Amino acid sequence: MPLALFVAWWAATASGWIKSYQLASPRDVLRELADLAQSGLLWRDLGASAERVALGFAIALLLALVLGSLVGGSRVAERALDPTLQAIRSVPSLAWVPLILLWLGIGETAKVTLVAIGAFFPIYVALVSGIHGVDRKLVEVGTMFGLSRFALIARVLVPATLPQLLVGARIGLTQAWLFLVAAELLAATNGLGFLLTDGQQTSRTDEILVAILLFAACGKLSETAMRALERRLVGWTDTVPV
Amino acid sequence: MTSARIRGLRKAYGSHLVFDGLDLDVARGERVAVLGASGCGKSTLLRCIAGLERSDAGTVATAGEIGVVFQEPRLFPWLDVERNVAFPARSDEERARVPNVLALVGLAHAARRLPKQLSGGMAQRAALARALVRDPHLLLLDEPFAALDALRRIELRAAVREILMLTRASAIVVTHDVDDALALADRVIVLAGSPAEIAFAGAVGTTATRAAILDALGVLTGGGILRTSKKT
Repeated sequence: MPLALFVAWWAATASGWIKSYQLASPRDVLRELADLAQSGLLWRDLGASAERVALGFAIALLLALVLGSLVGGSRVAERALDPTLQAIRSVPSLAWVPLILLWLGIGETAKVTLVAIGAFFPIYVALVSGIHGVDRKLVEVGTMFGLSRFALIARVLVPATLPQLLVGARIGLTQAWLFLVAAELLAATNGLGFLLTDGQQTSRTDEILVAILLFAACGKLSETAMRALERRLVGWTDTVPV
Repeated sequence: MTSARIRGLRKAYGSHLVFDGLDLDVARGERVAVLGASGCGKSTLLRCIAGLERSDAGTVATAGEIGVVFQEPRLFPWLDVERNVAFPARSDEERARVPNVLALVGLAHAARRLPKQLSGGMAQRAALARALVRDPHLLLLDEPFAALDALRRIELRAAVREILMLTRASAIVVTHDVDDALALADRVIVLAGSPAEIAFAGAVGTTATRAAILDALGVLTGGGILRTSKKT
């Protein structure tokens, strides 16, 4: 399938059926990629985007771990926090953009915040449902052997919740890239999203396509890395891999 | 010296009174089978002794360490067999027992396997090994063979019988199978009624015969049906 798409793309542009200002040819895209790599701009943009995703994702993970554990572990916290968080979750992501721009300006903080918002909810939701779904019979075994509260959490609840948490983290990371595009399309002087805007403003479809391909590569790479992590850490689960 | 001493046990779930003043003693090294119809309270009795349920009144006193095997293996899926068995170990001494109890239940070859790689019988053996690792004074078995097919059931029953002989631990086996009771226990009690009371108690080999137990359980044996049909 990818090969067929590529051939169709190449044929359509080489025959002149589609003009280069509509869609650049594979050769132009490759040349643009090489140019960007040579000038160092590629690494600057990739680095800037990756840094925003990494930072936003890390913040989201930390917050989700704290809030998710609270809500999953205590009924009081659940009643106090979960309805609010669920309400916030139901807001379409891009609706936050104006508010964040007003509050945080157009700097790095705004972009990282938007990425963190995107990554937070999948992790939070997965963690809470993971904690709620822990087999009570296993918890009972821990209690029966006289485990302290801390030991019960460390030896039973954490490992039992880990599979769900990792699935949430994988989806969260995908979301982080999605929100990054939104953040960088709005206001950025570097990053892959900036490459998109720049290409649009200068009508350079080769530049736009390079950015799209790089997004695809980054998304695929982080997904693959997360799946490898899942296989390594929770290979013990007796379920069909998703 | 007794392994377990229950006096005036009272336990209610809401308005449903499971026990109201139940007494039971298990002597040191004695193996008691508890039979009864489904829902009569046999599992509740075991959970009260194990400390998993709080009694509403009365006393439940046990001497020394208790090991419990549930109807399902309840192994931790993220730990291999060896680590599951070592889970309750608190000292190097108890950890050192792990290979011994694994050999005792016939799982020495499967120490590195994950629970998902075990058959039902093997998983239940691992659960038994885990219950033995603290060298319990009293072993509580709650329908330990219920989830197994007929052949695995016979195998594991023989293994448990041998282990009880070897370890000389006291045991309470909750079951609905008369054959389990006759194979494993010195004494058989039948719980019946609501609230449940000991409707029958007898020593295996003398008063607790298959016929007597079945009769106490209210089971009509072939003869009974034949007699009824003759009358009509």
